[in-house]
Amino acid sequence: MKKLAALFGAALIAADDNFILRNVTIHPVTAPAIPAATIVVLNGKIVDFGAKIALPKNAKAIDGKGLHLYPGLIDSASNVGMSEVSSVRETSDTIELGDFNPQLRAVSSVNPSSDHIPVTRGNGITTSVMYPGGGIIGGQVALMHLDGWTWEEMAIEKNLAMQMRFPSIATSTFSRSFGSGRAPYAESKRRYEERVKLTSDFFEEVRAYKQRKAAGGANFQPERRLEAMLPVVDGKQPLMVFATRERAAREAMAFAAKEKVKIILAGLRDSGPVLKEIADKKIPVILGETLDLPLEEDSAYDEAYALPAELHKAGVTFAFGTFSVQFARNLPFQAAAGVAFGLPHDEALKAITINAAKIWGVDDRIGSIEKGKWADLILTDGDPLEGRSQVKQMWVQGKPVSLETRHTKLYEQYMKRQ
Amino acid sequence: MRRREFALSLFAAPVALQAQQGVTVIQNAKILTITKGTIEGSVVIRDGKIVDVGANVMVPPGAKIIDAAGQFVMPGIIDCHSHIATEAVNEGTLSVSSMTGTGDTVNPEDIGIYRALAGGVTTANILHGSANAIGGKNVVIKMRWGKDTPEILFDGAKPGIKFALGENPKRRGGAPSNFAGGPSTSRQRYPATRMGVEDVIREAFTDAKAYKAKWDDYNARTAKGERLIPPRRDLKFEPLVEVLEGKRLVHAHCYRADEILMLLRVADEFGFKIKTLQHVLEGYKVAKELKEHGAGASTFSDWWSYKMEAYDAIPYNAALMHKKGVLVSLNSDSGELMRHLNQEAAKTLRYGGLTEDEALAMITINPAKQLDIHNRVGSIEVGKDADIVIFDKHPLSNFAKVQKVFIDGRMYFDRDQDMSEREAKKSKREKMIEQQKPAAPARPQGGRRPV
Repeated sequence: MKKLAALFGAALIAADDNFILRNVTIHPVTAPAIPAATIVVLNGKIVDFGAKIALPKNAKAIDGKGLHLYPGLIDSASNVGMSEVSSVRETSDTIELGDFNPQLRAVSSVNPSSDHIPVTRGNGITTSVMYPGGGIIGGQVALMHLDGWTWEEMAIEKNLAMQMRFPSIATSTFSRSFGSGRAPYAESKRRYEERVKLTSDFFEEVRAYKQRKAAGGANFQPERRLEAMLPVVDGKQPLMVFATRERAAREAMAFAAKEKVKIILAGLRDSGPVLKEIADKKIPVILGETLDLPLEEDSAYDEAYALPAELHKAGVTFAFGTFSVQFARNLPFQAAAGVAFGLPHDEALKAITINAAKIWGVDDRIGSIEKGKWADLILTDGDPLEGRSQVKQMWVQGKPVSLETRHTKLYEQYMKRQ
Repeated sequence: MRRREFALSLFAAPVALQAQQGVTVIQNAKILTITKGTIEGSVVIRDGKIVDVGANVMVPPGAKIIDAAGQFVMPGIIDCHSHIATEAVNEGTLSVSSMTGTGDTVNPEDIGIYRALAGGVTTANILHGSANAIGGKNVVIKMRWGKDTPEILFDGAKPGIKFALGENPKRRGGAPSNFAGGPSTSRQRYPATRMGVEDVIREAFTDAKAYKAKWDDYNARTAKGERLIPPRRDLKFEPLVEVLEGKRLVHAHCYRADEILMLLRVADEFGFKIKTLQHVLEGYKVAKELKEHGAGASTFSDWWSYKMEAYDAIPYNAALMHKKGVLVSLNSDSGELMRHLNQEAAKTLRYGGLTEDEALAMITINPAKQLDIHNRVGSIEVGKDADIVIFDKHPLSNFAKVQKVFIDGRMYFDRDQDMSEREAKKSKREKMIEQQKPAAPARPQGGRRPV
């Protein structure tokens, strides 16, 4: 890492967001890998790349012999920067009180100084979808670079989608004082029906507000909470709907059809016939942790591991999200676990790059190495999906980003202790 | 098995009962022996033991042949910190709960055993929880799925006990509160600070020493022919006396460097050893002291920041401690993480640049040494138990998956068999649900099984 930095250092500092990198294997993701290739980045964008490209005169190129260039990885569900120490409430800003909070914004509660940001970057993740939670509608989801002095500089899209957790019948309960338990089914069902009704009523309220607004008049009073929902009911902004079980997924799809809103399913864990329905309706899915236990005691042991392959076979467009803070850096391994159990390697990589970008509607800027796109790049010594690989260098919009973290610093500090 | 026999066999179940009789030969494999390099060749198993390993071996007539061409063979993975297969984890009411033990509640039918097997784990240390400064006793099990309780215990494994430092044992001492996580007034318990945790351990061993002295005196005098009333037995102190006598291993849950050092010094003071420090997330800060004491370290690959005491955790911990001469293993503390300890080991290549052999040792021979079972398991060597895993790719690749698992030469997991039985199991399940319908309507079951 240090040797490399010395090798590159001078050229990079001079270059700011312009640089030429040659002699690397380029993995565009949208096209086959190109060995011994060169890439030219100007003003933070990819100008050209390939095995034989014309270089500007007097161009100073960095040599990346033996290394691999990939687009920066995208985590499609993250809380990095929104919570520092998960068990210490004072450090956590992920879950607000109340059932309907569409006016809340994840973007401004991302702490750009969080130690989690460089740590997550360390494994090649340049971009994360930050979501708020709590209640039924948690608030506005943001797409952010894991680099920037302020949250404003980090933000790519401040209001990308609306987070929603579809009500479900949850009979298992968990409290830190009393551990896990089970609530009676009848009670859970009653609560579920109540919450489904609350949700329908809320959407009705939003539509009534929309009509009032359209009618205008002196008596019209804007309401921030309902105003925030208009892009959703107008079908301009997707709902990122958290639904783990088949039943919740089906109901979320039925709800979306009834309300005529766009949805992205998040955190799906069930497979089976529901996948066909999801594929037919062309609803994208953000998959949660692949390395997880089966849902039921008698489920196949590899149920969660094989789920990405099942989605791929069913023709569902999907991306991976870590839904995490401390484990966000393990995004590439989440994708890799799917590969071991049948997901084609290319598809795994796409699910943390270009397919994520497509699902979130930002593939004009990020997600692959293509001319005109932002130079969000990672340079590695091997397959970024493999635990053993190292990320040697990272660029966000063409600018080199430090890979030093709280962890590398502590490591270096304590290695020196005699 | 009758009850009396059960008690007798707890730590001495005859191996012959468990072992697969006859000869099995695993051929054409890349064999990662861990202690003797990588060999392309065969492993010969007879009556549950490894009897030959090499490029050229004698294949006895009638041997069962397993062709592992293109595949990787390694010793069964050993998890030094697990809570599967036990019905109870934490006896949290007392600060010293050494009279309890996970061995009393072993559940051989826990599906977690099969799932662990499917991840290549053959042996695990089933520890008591971390609610108390001195917790309960532990048992070491082999994943002999389908066997009853005494048979899943690792016969001959040295007994141990759990200690715990830091946030968990002091949590119940927190201010009474109605908020989640805080104890109610009636459940409040000493200690509330790290000072108190140290005090609880020192007091327990002071008392245990006095207890031991009474018994030593009694034993010495009765040996000389005196007729005395024996001292009253105390099941709380007996395990602590075993610790003082070096007969019981201490596995201590800890995070911060200060508390780790505290425990080592208390142990030095009472003249016993800490066999392993569990989690030991700041072990890298006191690696020198760990090495001097001879304490092993059993840690996570990359967990951090989930509590305040985990904020200085670094994924370089395992590699750094290893480089400073500490015996390091990687554990799971989770029924899920347990299923891919090979991938956790691979992270030590990324974080700290260990070699493949060093990484794999952290989930095989090193935890075996930490549990004092390295004469039996942890490497592929002649004379050891035939606890063997076959992976389709190099186990340090994230794309590898377990194909077959052997314990004592008997195959306990076979992916092909698991796959081929799925349809039959599915239809059987559906039939059972159908049968239940008139009595009680089927409804979705929520949630994962807590671990």
